[in-house]
Amino acid sequence: MPPKTPDRKSPKIEIQSASVSSAKPPLIDPGSLLSSNDLTIDELRSILELADRLENEDPTQRDKRLFKRRVSLLFYESSTRTRTSFELAAKALGADTSLVSAQSSSIEKGESLKDTGITLRSLGAECIILRSPYSGAPYLLAETTGLPVLNAGDGMHEHPSQALLDLRTILRHLNAGSKVTEKTLADVTITICGDIFHSRVARSNALLLPRLGARVILCGPLPLLPETAAQLAPGIVIERDFDRALAQSDIVMMLRIQAERLAGLALDLEEYKGRYQANTARIAAQAPRALIMHPGPIIRGLEVTSEVADGPQSAIAQQVRNGVAIRMALIMRALASNGLHDVRPGKNGRR
Amino acid sequence: MNPILIRGGHLVDPAAHVDGRRDLLLADGKVAAVDMPGKIKHSAAEIIEAKGLVVAPGLVDIHVHLREPGQSYKETIATGTAAAAAGGFTTVCAMPNTVPVNDSPETTRWMQAPERGAAVRVFPIAAATRGSMGENLTEYGALKAAGAVAVTDDGKPILGDSVMRQALTAAARVNLPVIQHAEDTRLTGGCSMNAGALAFRLGLRGMPVQAESGLVERDIRVLSEIKDSRPHLHVAHLSTKAALDAVRRARRNGLRVTCEVTPHHFALNEEAIANYNTNAKMNPPLRAEADREAMIEGIIDGSIECIATDHAPHALHEKEQEFERAPNGITGLETALGLSIAILHVRHKLPLSRVIALLSSQPAAVLNLKGRGTLAVGSVADVVIFDPQKQWTFRALQSKSRSKNTPFEGWTLQGKIARTISEGRMVYGG
Repeated sequence: MPPKTPDRKSPKIEIQSASVSSAKPPLIDPGSLLSSNDLTIDELRSILELADRLENEDPTQRDKRLFKRRVSLLFYESSTRTRTSFELAAKALGADTSLVSAQSSSIEKGESLKDTGITLRSLGAECIILRSPYSGAPYLLAETTGLPVLNAGDGMHEHPSQALLDLRTILRHLNAGSKVTEKTLADVTITICGDIFHSRVARSNALLLPRLGARVILCGPLPLLPETAAQLAPGIVIERDFDRALAQSDIVMMLRIQAERLAGLALDLEEYKGRYQANTARIAAQAPRALIMHPGPIIRGLEVTSEVADGPQSAIAQQVRNGVAIRMALIMRALASNGLHDVRPGKNGRR
Repeated sequence: MNPILIRGGHLVDPAAHVDGRRDLLLADGKVAAVDMPGKIKHSAAEIIEAKGLVVAPGLVDIHVHLREPGQSYKETIATGTAAAAAGGFTTVCAMPNTVPVNDSPETTRWMQAPERGAAVRVFPIAAATRGSMGENLTEYGALKAAGAVAVTDDGKPILGDSVMRQALTAAARVNLPVIQHAEDTRLTGGCSMNAGALAFRLGLRGMPVQAESGLVERDIRVLSEIKDSRPHLHVAHLSTKAALDAVRRARRNGLRVTCEVTPHHFALNEEAIANYNTNAKMNPPLRAEADREAMIEGIIDGSIECIATDHAPHALHEKEQEFERAPNGITGLETALGLSIAILHVRHKLPLSRVIALLSSQPAAVLNLKGRGTLAVGSVADVVIFDPQKQWTFRALQSKSRSKNTPFEGWTLQGKIARTISEGRMVYGG
């Protein structure tokens, strides 16, 4: 009975249809990146290769690529790394950027996400980079504006550009190149440790990495890591003992403990540190060769000590650097897309 | 009002055990005669030819939100009852979460006043506690005298054991059911869908099954402890197997417990949320497939006695928000029959007479609505005439409701309504 929905990744409704009609689901511009699951392996490869090319390109040539094109950053939450690197990425390609943040805009007066998006579109935005405290907000923005939307973190849902820059960091560490396949990470075990429940970075990585063959271990205490997390994707296991997880791991991704979210959860911070902190003794004993990653911001002395964060195994600074290259590629991809059946005002002729 | 003679149709009147070709005469707002085809002669009557059509009691929906008083931008009693008529319903019971909350005889009477322009009969369900705050009981006797047919704090469940005990006891005294929206809200803060792997994947906080089943079990325990009367507990929009099993056990133990299920809880599972479709957001949430299947089983085995829509209109701008910010609820009056026939009758082979009973005589019996939900001679002239074979495509834009928030846009439904007659008046079709 339900009409067929042609969108790519939405879960199937289990009900068989008696017959089918022609209702159209909302359209999302194919240049969007809302979930790391949206990307085929081919698309992943082309994004990684584009990031390589752009990173190595002469800056005076590179900034002609999107000369004077308009990219809007719409940030409903604070951000240092993501916002700055998206902004630098757009500018490195020659695009004009404008930043709207919740505290200094009409959002404070109660303007909806839809109206904010339409306003940005009317001002010439050709792509919106959105960070929102609400899971799924990028879908709403993409559907209501018709523009390509890059998800820069939505609630507890996803942070796909982070997963891509993490992947680039991993590939470079392994000298694996950018020509990824389903088997590129076949012998690689990656532990993601910490507050998985609240982490959009964890979800995007846990969805992405197994598709390249990686074995992903999720590690953390029950209040921060429900058993259902293992069902995110095939190839994910849960190991609550951090030492045992570390001993198997080539890569370790530490997550920030979001102290503001612990209220009400039965979790003792000192006990947490004892069991899950990445410190010198533990890393030396269990994973002396593993790459230590962290999406930031780090709370030094909590999930990771300064010695480890600044130590020789740490890839934290590389991750940030890889962010710019990946985000250049994502912005290029967004603005190169042919768009929807174009009925948007003021857009034709500017491409 | 002219007499109406409905000729040549197939009469399905489960309460009267009629399932065959009959003619039906309506006069003075009542059913005047039921007889074999061609037997009833009436020269002055308006004739309706119902050949090939089913003639059934007007449908009864004991769970709707008509949004008046206070939220007429979502729906009014006039628009909501027009949608009801278009969906074959001739009786709707209006929930008290209006603005202000319907906790008084005055509001209860106001909702039934002719000035509201209702197309079909509206029976208010009044608040069980003042302001639905869960503390002090309203005056059940006075509310009943003003026309209320049950009490509930729908949407704001009664959590306190002692208040629930008082409510059940006081309602039993005046023979009113207590309807509970079974949700332990201490377990559902910040939640916007069913708990489980999909909620985790979508980064949404999930309502556990136990939030529903736990409160149903609590209510049943409180009910079982009341020894000097026999209160009637009705569980609204049941959505989980665990809660349904609790209802089954209570009934086996001789307690007076009834329940309803919505069409969306037997038509959809949580995957309908897809990419954060706010028209698949409601409370209770769409559940896992196993729970959806349990609702079908419960309907087929008779554990669930009614289908109720929980028709909950919301304006477009309210649903066009981030998923967690969008309000709960969907419209349902115009899709209920078509979904019920397509899913329960066509797919699961439930006899049509039982589908009709679930939508008419049984809900009427649950709320003790005398003369409704049947077409026995002398009962109210509430009739729906529909083509049970005809498939049609639901389009929200054509809905009579003021709001269009439905997950069933574009669905092919079965069972097309030709006419709805409320108390002898043609209110839809014709």
